[in-house]
Amino acid sequence: MKMTGAEAVVRALELEGVDIIFGYPGGAVTHIYDALGRSSIHHVLVRNEQAAAHGASGYARATGKVGVCISTSGPGATNMITGIATAYMDSIPIVAITGQVPLSMVGRDVFQEADITGATEPFTKYSYLVRNPEDLPRIFKEAFHIASTGRPGPVLIDIPKDIAMATLDFKYPDEVNLRGYKPTYMGHPGQIKRMIKAIEESRRPLICVGGGAVSSGATEEIMEMAERIKAPVASTLMGIGAFPGDHHLSLGFLGQHGVYAANRAVEEADLLILLGARMGDRATGKTEDFAQKAKVIHIDIDPAEIGKNIGVNIPIVGDIKTTLGELLKKDIERNDWGWLSRVREWKQVHEGVGDCREGLNPMEIIKTLSDMVPENTILVTDVGQHQIWAGRYYKTRRPRTFLTSGGLGTMGYGLPAALGAKLGCRDKEVVLLIGDGGLQMNLAELATLVQERAPVKIMILNNGYLGMVREIQEKIHGGRYYQTRMEGNPDFVKLADAYGIKGFRVESQEKIVWGIKKLLSWNGPIIGEFVIDPMANVIPIQGGKEDEAHIRGIG
Amino acid sequence: MKHILGVLVENHPGVLSKVSGLFSRRGFNIYSLAVGMTEDPTVSRITIVVEGDSYIVEQVIKQLNKLIDVIKVSRIEEDSLTRELALIKVKAEPATRHQIVELINIFRAQVVDINKNHLIVEITGDSEKITALVDMLKDYGIEEMVRTGAIAINRGRKMLKDDRNKGGYDNGNNVL
Repeated sequence: MKMTGAEAVVRALELEGVDIIFGYPGGAVTHIYDALGRSSIHHVLVRNEQAAAHGASGYARATGKVGVCISTSGPGATNMITGIATAYMDSIPIVAITGQVPLSMVGRDVFQEADITGATEPFTKYSYLVRNPEDLPRIFKEAFHIASTGRPGPVLIDIPKDIAMATLDFKYPDEVNLRGYKPTYMGHPGQIKRMIKAIEESRRPLICVGGGAVSSGATEEIMEMAERIKAPVASTLMGIGAFPGDHHLSLGFLGQHGVYAANRAVEEADLLILLGARMGDRATGKTEDFAQKAKVIHIDIDPAEIGKNIGVNIPIVGDIKTTLGELLKKDIERNDWGWLSRVREWKQVHEGVGDCREGLNPMEIIKTLSDMVPENTILVTDVGQHQIWAGRYYKTRRPRTFLTSGGLGTMGYGLPAALGAKLGCRDKEVVLLIGDGGLQMNLAELATLVQERAPVKIMILNNGYLGMVREIQEKIHGGRYYQTRMEGNPDFVKLADAYGIKGFRVESQEKIVWGIKKLLSWNGPIIGEFVIDPMANVIPIQGGKEDEAHIRGIG
Repeated sequence: MKHILGVLVENHPGVLSKVSGLFSRRGFNIYSLAVGMTEDPTVSRITIVVEGDSYIVEQVIKQLNKLIDVIKVSRIEEDSLTRELALIKVKAEPATRHQIVELINIFRAQVVDINKNHLIVEITGDSEKITALVDMLKDYGIEEMVRTGAIAINRGRKMLKDDRNKGGYDNGNNVL
């Protein structure tokens, strides 16, 4: 079928089942927009291209489908980089489409030209600069395949304007054939045997889930394994939700900012089963001291992650769901309860929320929120203290309901990601937990919420500081607070009003429950500003002086 | 320690920058890199000499394998054939010319250009042989030199071909 390049782009998106696209138009993509306008795909007009990538990323995280974003050439494309890099670091499948100047002009530094495939190379799983209109169908087919299989990640397609205007004979390929890309899904049977033997020989097994466990969709298999082998389950920040936070075997969030029980279990375990967890620096602290007593099994679909950060005794390259499914067919069982009873004692250690001098206690607010939300609520966080508090004090009960920028740590991610999550899951409550700093980073997206009538429930924990940095200044720089006080913050309630959004402020302890109820019951976008203690800290950092205090429950 | 890797890649524009970008980004040290066509016009072959311990080399191989344009990565064994080419412009007055030519013959190198004051010498061989000749010629005065990176091929039946699934990691045994 004859059509233009622009029409081919839209047709390919339709054939891939795309129903929503986050973007911002510009000179190099007007032909694609013209074709989009005539399709059934819903376009979300963000206020800055960075939010288009975060929106696609939030959508992908919440739904498990590929998120799609589009921008024009030059600044439109460079604005998207932060969102693409955020998705890359968290292994989130998105396809980013950028306009480009006409092919004949590429390389001449013409108006709004940027080498975006070059610029995003470190942050994309793959990228294309389309040089021939006839390649468009194959490229789109490959892009969606690459983004969503193996270890997921962003793929960028850069489309010169003359390619969008050219005509081609459109035939969408049925399959992809990439000789350099064939991810391994089934773990090797010999390694699975070794894994079973190691489990049977272990006395203190511990499972640790990471983001790979979420993207693999392996929750059921992990639960069955944990229950059959009587192993507690800890989680990295990205793994939150892969195992239900309210399950009796759940230990919670481990690492530098993690909870006591999880970190104690890592210290004492004699077998550590890593499932799609790359064990980044925030999860391990000093790698020399990490899990010293344990034999390590690591299942990961990306062979390059196995053995990268910590030594591994039994490496298994494969998809977690597929590989555990195979393992569970075997007769594997452990019935030693001794280890679990020790772990249970550690879980009893009171995870204190500390005292607050002025303002509300953020940890108490998050605990209360956790108790009040419906089970399938999606909690989106931004980056900073509140993100860690959420990791520690919020009980995530289902996979894909805790969305956070764990790898890149991108402030400003929260608001557009929450919008993307809501548009992907209209039937679920979406709560955005965000600081006053992070909200202002992509504040303009409030207008996008309004335009989309997306009922995202925004909970601002306002401490008037860039809290995480302020805490570092307090602990490491002798309390010399510099450039962390957010003077000039707007009145968030009035701001909400300016956007036509409901807004309210909570300043007293007894109104916390009222405030959360208000957020959850309101039928539309709403901002609840909770004024918290400006000096509240993320406690404890492992290895710091707070450890002991925390263990005693004072923290 | 130096390791030689043979890498088969898709013959696309931009692939070399993806490979070289990976090295700089991950902080791997490349000693030399040579790229050229193969018996299959859709495939290019890169020979990379990389410096590092076994952890680094494992990481390099795994990260290269992750690149979608990389078809196959293989370590080239120590007893393989490796060759570099160098062109050396050396000062050669009538009085010294004879000595230089004699030296060149010993190395089985060739004179490919000559004028009153200079000779250009072409030599192929492994890295050590070329370095040895360069050392000998230094006494006469090397005016200019250009040297390729190493290319390498396994001896006998062992071949670097797209003969199996890249993703078909047996079991990840290569990890440790």
